[in-house]
Amino acid sequence: MRQEVSKSTFPLEARDISVVLGGVKVLEVPSLQVVPDEVLVVIGPNGSGKTTLLLTLAGLLRPASGTILYQGQAVNGKTEMLKLHRRLAVVFQEPLLLNSTVWDNVTLGLRLRGVNKEEIKTRANKWLERFGIASLAGRQAKTLSGGEAKRTSLARAFALQPDILFLDEAFNGLDSHSRQSMIEDFESVLRETRITTIMVTHDSNEALGLAHRVLVLMDGHIRQIGTREEVFSNPVDEQVAEFVGVENIIDGVVALNQGGIVTVQVGKDAVEAVSDYTHGEKVSLCIRPEEITLAGSRASSSARNSFAGAITRVVSFGALSRVEIDCGFPLVALITKRSAEEMNLDKGKPIYASFKATGVHVIKR
Amino acid sequence: MNLIIEGIVQAFWLLVHGDPTVLKVALLSILVSGSATILSLIVGVPLGVYLGLARFPGRRFLVSLVNTGMGSPPVVVGLIVTIFLWRAGPLGALHLLYTPSAMVIAQFVIALPVVAGFTMASVQQLDPKLRLQIISLGASQLQMVWLLLKESRLPLLAAIMAGFGSVISEVGASMMVGGNITGQTRVMTTAIVGEVSRGQFALAIALSILLMLLVYLVNLALTIIQQRSKPR
Repeated sequence: MRQEVSKSTFPLEARDISVVLGGVKVLEVPSLQVVPDEVLVVIGPNGSGKTTLLLTLAGLLRPASGTILYQGQAVNGKTEMLKLHRRLAVVFQEPLLLNSTVWDNVTLGLRLRGVNKEEIKTRANKWLERFGIASLAGRQAKTLSGGEAKRTSLARAFALQPDILFLDEAFNGLDSHSRQSMIEDFESVLRETRITTIMVTHDSNEALGLAHRVLVLMDGHIRQIGTREEVFSNPVDEQVAEFVGVENIIDGVVALNQGGIVTVQVGKDAVEAVSDYTHGEKVSLCIRPEEITLAGSRASSSARNSFAGAITRVVSFGALSRVEIDCGFPLVALITKRSAEEMNLDKGKPIYASFKATGVHVIKR
Repeated sequence: MNLIIEGIVQAFWLLVHGDPTVLKVALLSILVSGSATILSLIVGVPLGVYLGLARFPGRRFLVSLVNTGMGSPPVVVGLIVTIFLWRAGPLGALHLLYTPSAMVIAQFVIALPVVAGFTMASVQQLDPKLRLQIISLGASQLQMVWLLLKESRLPLLAAIMAGFGSVISEVGASMMVGGNITGQTRVMTTAIVGEVSRGQFALAIALSILLMLLVYLVNLALTIIQQRSKPR
């Protein structure tokens, strides 16, 4: 049973954390609050300190200074640390199974936490079933495939019914097919259980459909934290923009699906995209800014989507220009600086923005 | 050539008829080396785990001491233990010199760094993240150490084999602290040395065969355990 958290306290909070590894300060977080029931996705380039942040929040890495608070209580001594560890679950990139059977591995945490035998049996069976590995219960962990081992480590984590779930690049190192099916299983389980989750990934597209908030970590500092839309549509700086890549995320509802081409209602406008989602499903449309072409007049082309709007901002960096447009919904286009100059793009200028149906990535909300 | 054949024939005769001298010597060997190995496991395994996992100032120095100890010559250990147990030495009042207890102490000192060193190596070969995973599953310090030892059980058996092997075959220290007293502190290795120096090859060969057999059986048993628990 998950405990009700009083409104004044966060499940997890970090204050003035700094982590020093090998004499180098690798992480500095003045303040971070994890909100109850949220999925917080931590993204950032390799070496930005994501794993360090996760380990520190999970009480697995001692910060050089600062405090971690679990449900409003500072976690200091060994006893409190053990108490914290017994309320959370961590899934690493490697499955990290012990040399024993799948059943032993899935029940290990429960046994360590002193859960009674009946309860262990019920929970282990439930989660083995849920992750489709019930038939493997008696197998030696060392004989499992990569995907099976990962499912075992996920079942082990969920069986703990943790207050907070941590995932560190948990879906890395799998082939694309098993990775996809695993992410789908994981997403549906997470939607059901609504466990407060902190997940680290270097892939900004991973679990985007799940993220309530996105935290961008760079060089050991939190560059930006906010809703998915905030971070992806309004990156605080170019580095973040460059990293997140997808700058256009537009929420809509599927109005129609005709042979794999969906029409998604976005406010008063309709956007066409390639997808299998059906009528009534709430989706987010992801369009990379480089997929959007701009024209002074409505030209006929193969692009299925064309919208009239006005330029709200033009920012140039290097050989590229980033053009922000309001066409009923905000759009960001990335074009060469030369095109921007030739077309004389400036704030307030009316413009037509077009993109192909195949340039839209549809994810479920 | 005759000497060898005669020796082997006599040796088999002694073994088949269960010569009391041979049996007594063999039994004491097992008793002394077995106790020393068990004691070295009791101290050496926790020490190896600690050196392998903990980080503290001076750790490297201790690790280098253990590594040196793994190759220390038994005669030197024998000399040191003898000095300690000498009548006028620091532990002279215990009157342990030239007793089986003194031999256990000396063999314990020889086996300890071997067991500690092998244990250290076996816990260090585990993925460092496994520790974090075990802690995050809610293991107390003691539970974690137990799980890590269980996880490294295969190389740990090597620690037992190496520890026992290093003392059952050792002669210098046992000779020095035990004195090779017939019926009291004679073990197989010291008996072999003694018999050969007196030209009694038959007894020496018989004891050698028995010693080899013993080492083989102990290692066979441990190997069976090791290979059985090996992942398929």
